Amino acid sequence: MSAATTTARTAGGAGRTATRALHILLLPVVLIGVWWVASLVSGLYYLPTPGEIAATFVEVWGSERLLEDVLPSVGRLFGGFALAAVLGVGLGVVLGLSARLRALLEPVLEFFRAIPPPVLVPLLMLFVGVSTTMKLLVIVSGCIWPILLNTIEGVRAVDPVLVDTCRCYGIRGRRWLTTLVLRSASPQIMAGMRQGLSIAIILMVISEMFASSSGLGYTIIQFQRTFAIPEMWSGILLLGLLGFLLSLVFGLVERKVLSWYNGTRAAARGE
Amino acid sequence: MATTSTAPAEQNTAPHKKAHMLDVTGLQKIYPGQHGEVEALRDLTFHLGDGELACLVGPSGCGKTTLLKCIAGLMRPTGGTVELAGTSVTGPPPDMAVVFQEYGRSLFPWLRVRQNVELPLKEKRLPAKRRRELSDEALDAVGLLKSAEAYPWQLSGGMQQRVAIARAIAYEPRVLLMDEPFAAVDAQTRADLEDLIRTLWKRFSMTVLFVTHDIDEAVYLGQRVLVMSSSPTVIQDDVSIDLAGERDQISTRGEHRFAELRTRIYAEIRNASQSGTAQAQEAGKD
Repeated sequence: MSAATTTARTAGGAGRTATRALHILLLPVVLIGVWWVASLVSGLYYLPTPGEIAATFVEVWGSERLLEDVLPSVGRLFGGFALAAVLGVGLGVVLGLSARLRALLEPVLEFFRAIPPPVLVPLLMLFVGVSTTMKLLVIVSGCIWPILLNTIEGVRAVDPVLVDTCRCYGIRGRRWLTTLVLRSASPQIMAGMRQGLSIAIILMVISEMFASSSGLGYTIIQFQRTFAIPEMWSGILLLGLLGFLLSLVFGLVERKVLSWYNGTRAAARGE
Repeated sequence: MATTSTAPAEQNTAPHKKAHMLDVTGLQKIYPGQHGEVEALRDLTFHLGDGELACLVGPSGCGKTTLLKCIAGLMRPTGGTVELAGTSVTGPPPDMAVVFQEYGRSLFPWLRVRQNVELPLKEKRLPAKRRRELSDEALDAVGLLKSAEAYPWQLSGGMQQRVAIARAIAYEPRVLLMDEPFAAVDAQTRADLEDLIRTLWKRFSMTVLFVTHDIDEAVYLGQRVLVMSSSPTVIQDDVSIDLAGERDQISTRGEHRFAELRTRIYAEIRNASQSGTAQAQEAGKD
């Protein structure tokens, strides 16, 4: 390999990276620009400039609010999501394995799934009060469904040849559950968790908008009521960034967990 | 470890001249269906001696896979019995390994090649060192020691089937069942795998029952070829293959005796499928 070709390749690689960065950044930059112009031209009080929002963002969320409002909210988000994941996968495996139990429970599950989780907030406030438990339950009640239903489908779709293989080699019990059932269903489980995560963020905010005295949702509503408009916008921006970041982290975990799945699919396409 | 072979012979219910490893007696399988019952297997009886390599051929749709699943304890027969070394088979027996036709679907895609081979050994509670010895030996025997850390989907079809064979060997079975294992690989790979099976069978002294629809393959591989009739199935013939023990893809297949045996079995299978078609046509007229 000559030095010239190596340099050429590196230059080509750098060029491609630059083009890619441009592709990713182009639209956000244009949108921020449009907003900026619209804000300046209209002069609306409710529409501060992006610069103003950015300055407020640092000021508002760089303070003790981060510890008092943001972190507890994120903690409840993770707590609720984790609880829903454990319950959803656990129940999903049981239901996926038993046709009889599925037939028994499916109509009831369809009914509960149809109830919009936010309407549970007033109900849960009566039963468990305005507490962390209530907020966790609201999050769980919404984001368990995609996890549960996807897990059921994933468990039902376990390859019968692998099932026979496990029977022949006497693989049963815990090893059967972890090596066969859960791994087989993991693509569907991850898809369900991805949906569940975005629902969890929505419900975290909603659970804090009612009769709460702290948290991200509460703070944003509070800013809106006191006409602290740039502050309100900065809260919305924070939620957007939080969702974006979580989705990014989830994508990394997913790629690791499902590397075999992506590899199998690539091999099937003949790559 | 073949501990039961040291047990006295009188423990066996029927005293045989040669030690029987696998006894299939009067096996029948009827599937319940919407349009009445379907009799897949009518009355199958055959015996395999310890260390024998037998091939089972039959026309397509004659219930080869059904038979294999009954022998492997994966399916309950409607009637008759299967005995492994004198013990009745009611579920998958611990001394038996199966290699399936669908190699791509019988390996765990989330486990590496070595993990696939060692998984059944973990369930057997073998210590890590012993597992490693067995998987090394089995992977070496199928020529895949270098690919131990690869994932199955990174390998070609023939190599994947070798992994499945290695997993079966590492399990140290007394009986190895193979269900059309080479039906989905190309001709050259298939020839290599056939020779591999002969080599492994001699080296590991297992009893092998090899199911195939390929007559040439059956004659080339087996000491015996059991010919199945079309459905409802019985054992139509039991042909002893009197070819030399050392077989070679080119010279063995070129032997006059090979052609004779092949022709004989081919004629039987054609008769079987023709009589089957005739029966089906008659049934259609009613």
